[in-house]
Amino acid sequence: MIAILPAVYSQALPQGADYVRILPEIVLSIFGMIVMFLEPLLEKEAGQKILGWVAFLGTVAAMAATWMMSQTPGLAFWNTVQVDGFSIFFHVLIIAVAAVVILSSYEYMAVQKIRAGEYYALILFGTVGMALMSSAVELVLIFIALEISSISSYVLTGFRRHEASSTESSLKYFLLGSFATAFFLYGVALIFGATGSTNIDQISRTLESGQIPVLAFAAVALMFVGLGFKVAAAPFHVWTPDVYEGAPAPIVGLMSTAPKAAAFAVLLRIVFVVNVHALFWVIWVAAALSMTLGNIGALVQSNVKRLLAYSSIAHAGYILVAFAATPDLGTSAVMFYTAAYAAMNVGAFAIVSHFANAGEKYVTLEDYEGLGRSYPLLAATLTIFLLSLIGIPMTGGFFAKFYVFSAAMKAHLVWLTIIGVLNSGVGAYYYLRIMVVMYMREARKKVPVAPVPFTLRLALFFCIVATIYLGIFPSGVLSYAQDSAEALVQRAVPGNAGEMPVSAVRSY
Amino acid sequence: MSLETLSPFILSLVTFVPLGGAFFLTFFPRRDRDIRIFALVVSLLTFILSLHLPVHFHREHSEFRFVIDKAWISVPNIHYHMGIDGISLWLVVLTTFLTPLCVLISWNSVHERVKEFFILLLILETALIGVFVSLDLFLFYFFWEATLIPMALLIGIFGHERKVYAAVKFFMYTMIASVFMLAAILWLYAHTGSFDFVTIRDQITSGAIPNFSAAGEWLFLGFFLAFAVKVPLFPFHTWLPDAHVEAPTAGSVLLAGVLLKMGTYGMLRFNLGLFPEQARQNAWWIMILALVGIIYGALVAMVQPNMKKLVAYSSVSHLGFVVLGIFSFTQAGLNGAMFVMLAHGVSTGGLFMLTGILHERRHTYEIKEFGGLASPMPVYAALYLVIVLASAGLPLLNGFIGEFLVLSGAFQARPIYGILGATGVIWSSIYLLWMYQRVFYGKVTHSVNNSLRDLSGFEKWAIWPCAVAALVMGVAPIIWLAAIDPAVQAALTPYVHIASRVVMP
Repeated sequence: MIAILPAVYSQALPQGADYVRILPEIVLSIFGMIVMFLEPLLEKEAGQKILGWVAFLGTVAAMAATWMMSQTPGLAFWNTVQVDGFSIFFHVLIIAVAAVVILSSYEYMAVQKIRAGEYYALILFGTVGMALMSSAVELVLIFIALEISSISSYVLTGFRRHEASSTESSLKYFLLGSFATAFFLYGVALIFGATGSTNIDQISRTLESGQIPVLAFAAVALMFVGLGFKVAAAPFHVWTPDVYEGAPAPIVGLMSTAPKAAAFAVLLRIVFVVNVHALFWVIWVAAALSMTLGNIGALVQSNVKRLLAYSSIAHAGYILVAFAATPDLGTSAVMFYTAAYAAMNVGAFAIVSHFANAGEKYVTLEDYEGLGRSYPLLAATLTIFLLSLIGIPMTGGFFAKFYVFSAAMKAHLVWLTIIGVLNSGVGAYYYLRIMVVMYMREARKKVPVAPVPFTLRLALFFCIVATIYLGIFPSGVLSYAQDSAEALVQRAVPGNAGEMPVSAVRSY
Repeated sequence: MSLETLSPFILSLVTFVPLGGAFFLTFFPRRDRDIRIFALVVSLLTFILSLHLPVHFHREHSEFRFVIDKAWISVPNIHYHMGIDGISLWLVVLTTFLTPLCVLISWNSVHERVKEFFILLLILETALIGVFVSLDLFLFYFFWEATLIPMALLIGIFGHERKVYAAVKFFMYTMIASVFMLAAILWLYAHTGSFDFVTIRDQITSGAIPNFSAAGEWLFLGFFLAFAVKVPLFPFHTWLPDAHVEAPTAGSVLLAGVLLKMGTYGMLRFNLGLFPEQARQNAWWIMILALVGIIYGALVAMVQPNMKKLVAYSSVSHLGFVVLGIFSFTQAGLNGAMFVMLAHGVSTGGLFMLTGILHERRHTYEIKEFGGLASPMPVYAALYLVIVLASAGLPLLNGFIGEFLVLSGAFQARPIYGILGATGVIWSSIYLLWMYQRVFYGKVTHSVNNSLRDLSGFEKWAIWPCAVAALVMGVAPIIWLAAIDPAVQAALTPYVHIASRVVMP
């Protein structure tokens, strides 16, 4: 660190454009603080809704700020933040997920009798961290952003404080998560030792120019461990089911999508930009393991939250398959997948949290029996999300898988593709089980389901529209992802984007 | 002629009218009668629209007709590319012909969740037609997978006692098998940059694809596995009896009548069309499996105590004929295979409807529960006899033509195949007629059966078209074969030298 400090001081103070380039983060932080300040001033009961709306407004404002940010692409704050198509994509995705999760939380908070403005503030602060992760190109800043997002999630996980399981889940997540971030930090330290820099572009140039030191392999491997934990990729996935089971359901919807998308964004920058090809087999194995272990684990679950937790491990595996492909196709496939996965998974968890009722009593498969008859609309909505998770045509999940496997096949990863498609076949079984109990079994006990409030309807509507839109007209999002991916890859290696040294290794 | 202007859109229209109907149906109030009428109108409209295809089809040409080719997704290069030739033409019409009959046969037999039932039925029709008209491999896979959900739900929600087991088994079998096809399609796309059937076929024929000689075998098998499970070819047939026995009548009709043909159609279109070399090399064991299927299916059908299971196993046997014909690489064999597909769709569809009618009255499929039904239900018995004879391959009815052509093709390919296949014809008349005798002849064995109602109006309307079609197809097969023959000839062009080689003993 000391080595780069003088360089920082020698440069001019930040310009106005620099602030525009982190405007969404600034807006989100301000709204987070407003929520914190308002909380003691408002009446306990009625204030909850207002705080929620303020937080939602924050995400809307942040979305507008993202648009402003997108008008001034470029580097900011002494080359630590990069605004490009890639970071704009993830900003929109992460902020949209936060908005939908906030919308779906109102009812949950009321039903679970959680009264706390800091809940919304923490979501906003966490979003700051995740958004910053996607635009940071400086490993130290990435680490700070990762911590901002992680610490918010640790607290949010334990929000059902009267439940032992929630506290347990929070503690587990905290202990293992800190351990994983330490790995990441250690990796950053090692890469600084190997290349003399913590700036990703700088590192890439150094590694490009000469012999890659052994230290750099170890560094990237350690960073992979840290990020692998965040995305719940095998073999760093063991925490997932317990944490997801105990955490509040809307938070699981957030946790399983937005921080993952952010961590994948970081991983994309590290893997494809730093471009250490020895990582290829590590990713290959992690992808195959995640898909297989996630799907096998999910087969035997009877708790819907645990089932979806295992499914999220499997989906992390599918995304990792794209990491093993060529940089340009792989990057756009990952981007599309995270978007499609966010839409369907947030939607699924919104329904699970609505259905769970006070104290999250109804979360087992048995409770879903006969739902198709008693609440046809709710069941049909969940079915669409499940079909998308299986990867049935007309849904975003289908194209997401399709692009990933197509990218892998293009990179001649025949075996990984076959493992992947087989897994998606096996995976269909447990999603189908949920549909089977909903439609094909009679209810054995009475499960009270409250009418769906307007805000939740709105949230579900967003998710449904996104899922189906991505399933029928994927071109728009995909071509945007492709353009930004190409820009990202070309910047990393000017002139020879298509002919990276990796492709030689990857012809298996 | 002014109707000709419809031609570029007709395939999209035929494919998506049922889906549009299903969409409207979701907003319908739950008045069951109106829902039924609306579903009938939509399915009849689809049938009438589909008649445009044979009327304006130029039979002498073998290339694709009514083509529509629009870019759908730019990268990857996916086109909304549809078109039909003589092979797919009649399969589309078969689908649209059977669906209104399914609506009629379900008129009084589906009482619960009527709206959902007809929505699923219409979605299924769209997906089935889509499979036959797609010329873009991606679009094909899209529709192929899309058939799974409505079919699985039809079985799982509206089926009988072990419906959930059957639905999940059906879904998992076909889903897992078809992912291998997906892998093969992705490989082809990665190496040709196109999903277009014609482009890929031309590139393979001209040898423009690197590494094709090494991968061809695996690609062939990837496609073949997906199709073989769907057909179902022995030994992948175990999902079929469960699915049929548990499915509601309309589900069985479409399952046997059309869904199984997706597999044989796929073999003909893709396994033969794209991989002539590999198809030739693998033909010997595929034909043996087909023969095993014919004989094994027939023998198992013979000992079934359950009428519906009997019909289900007879499908395994009949579809064996289709596969045998396809992999004989002879003109007669392929013509016959196509004709058996159509004939089986009509006659087995009819058998399932008739069997379903009986189940509705007595709530059992057990043969021993019946006997002497000819006296309380004379019309029913007469129509049943017609369909049974058609299915058993009596000359002048539709089953005979196809089986005869297949067997002559198989005989040309290798005499022993023809001889073994011919035993299947004998077996089929044994199990079908024996079943007919036990159910309909003699004295009424169970007194409850004395009061069984004969066919009602709706049921007659559902059965008569099948019986008439069986007769017309048997008397004037040329109506169908005129369109099939040029397409088959074109499909066989890469095999001309092969065929002559196989014929030589």
